Amino acid sequence: MESIAPLDDVRDPLIIAEGWVDEGRHVAIATVVETWGSAPRPVGSHLVIDAQGNFEGSVSGGCVEGAVVTEAIDVIASGAAKMLEFGVADETAWRVGLSCGGRIKVYVEKLC
Amino acid sequence: MDIAALKAMNEERRARRAAVMVTDLDDGTTTLMRENAGAGGELGRALAKAFATGNSAAVEADGRRLLLNTHLPRPRLVVIGAVHISQALAPMARIAGYPVEVIDPRTAFASADRFGDVELYADWPETVLKERPLDAYCALAAVTHDPKIDDFALKAALDAGCFYVGALGSRKTHAKRVERLLEMGATADAIARISAPIGLDIGAASPAEIAVAVLAQVVRAFRTRGATADAARPAKGEAA
Repeated sequence: MESIAPLDDVRDPLIIAEGWVDEGRHVAIATVVETWGSAPRPVGSHLVIDAQGNFEGSVSGGCVEGAVVTEAIDVIASGAAKMLEFGVADETAWRVGLSCGGRIKVYVEKLC
Repeated sequence: MDIAALKAMNEERRARRAAVMVTDLDDGTTTLMRENAGAGGELGRALAKAFATGNSAAVEADGRRLLLNTHLPRPRLVVIGAVHISQALAPMARIAGYPVEVIDPRTAFASADRFGDVELYADWPETVLKERPLDAYCALAAVTHDPKIDDFALKAALDAGCFYVGALGSRKTHAKRVERLLEMGATADAIARISAPIGLDIGAASPAEIAVAVLAQVVRAFRTRGATADAARPAKGEAA
């Protein structure tokens, strides 16, 4: 009998983060803390990042991940957590149908 | 977040237990909270809400800015009976986010021809549920009409504290079922949790419509867990 699918996501960022740590990689976890307006990912969504900039998960629909990864590499180096705030209100993005026009706050912390 | 807390939380999640990771946004410390851990004050109220809704949230509690990151096990809908209703219920429920497992020892019913890629167990509930135990994040719908197949599963669902237990059959059929469950050692309070006749009363007539009624009742039961008993339990005028 196959085992029960234990988790709520096939590509679960927190499971991946645990695996990375076990491989000896340095890891940061970014978490959506607050949203206003039409933010694409809910509070609690995770992006996990390693020191080389590899990442899994998402904190937006791809709009701000690049910036979060860059900040996360700093957080891994310094060890100090950061709160990032993004306004996603680009006219072009809106016209091509991205769910933007919202703002999100993302907490980035080192896993240590 | 410290690695030990992350591992502890993933362990809870793998074991299908609800957990909330509480992060203090001012000093960065993390604490793993399990359900019914007995936290009081504003944090206790915020945690109760997190466990009930499954939502994560940033909150001000007891003078601290906290992020509550909530992880509930994904609900499983276990259907006893590979019947016409189940053929309709399985795809609908999967779309709604309630993956279905169908159990029926009658191999003529529990066939891949009839169910495609639905998770199907052509065996007795006694056998399957031993391997795949029910828990508080399971819903159980017994729809065979056959006490030999349904009764054990219903008792198991009550014992496991499944968030939803429903049984197909008329009021008369259910009255006899109540007698049998009492003989099996279920308490009257536990038996009162069974939604029977099964499904919200939407006047469902066809097997597919009954499936809609059952799915709606499962969703309501899940979304009102821990709310007032009245909301979670079958009220007047529910039938199928």
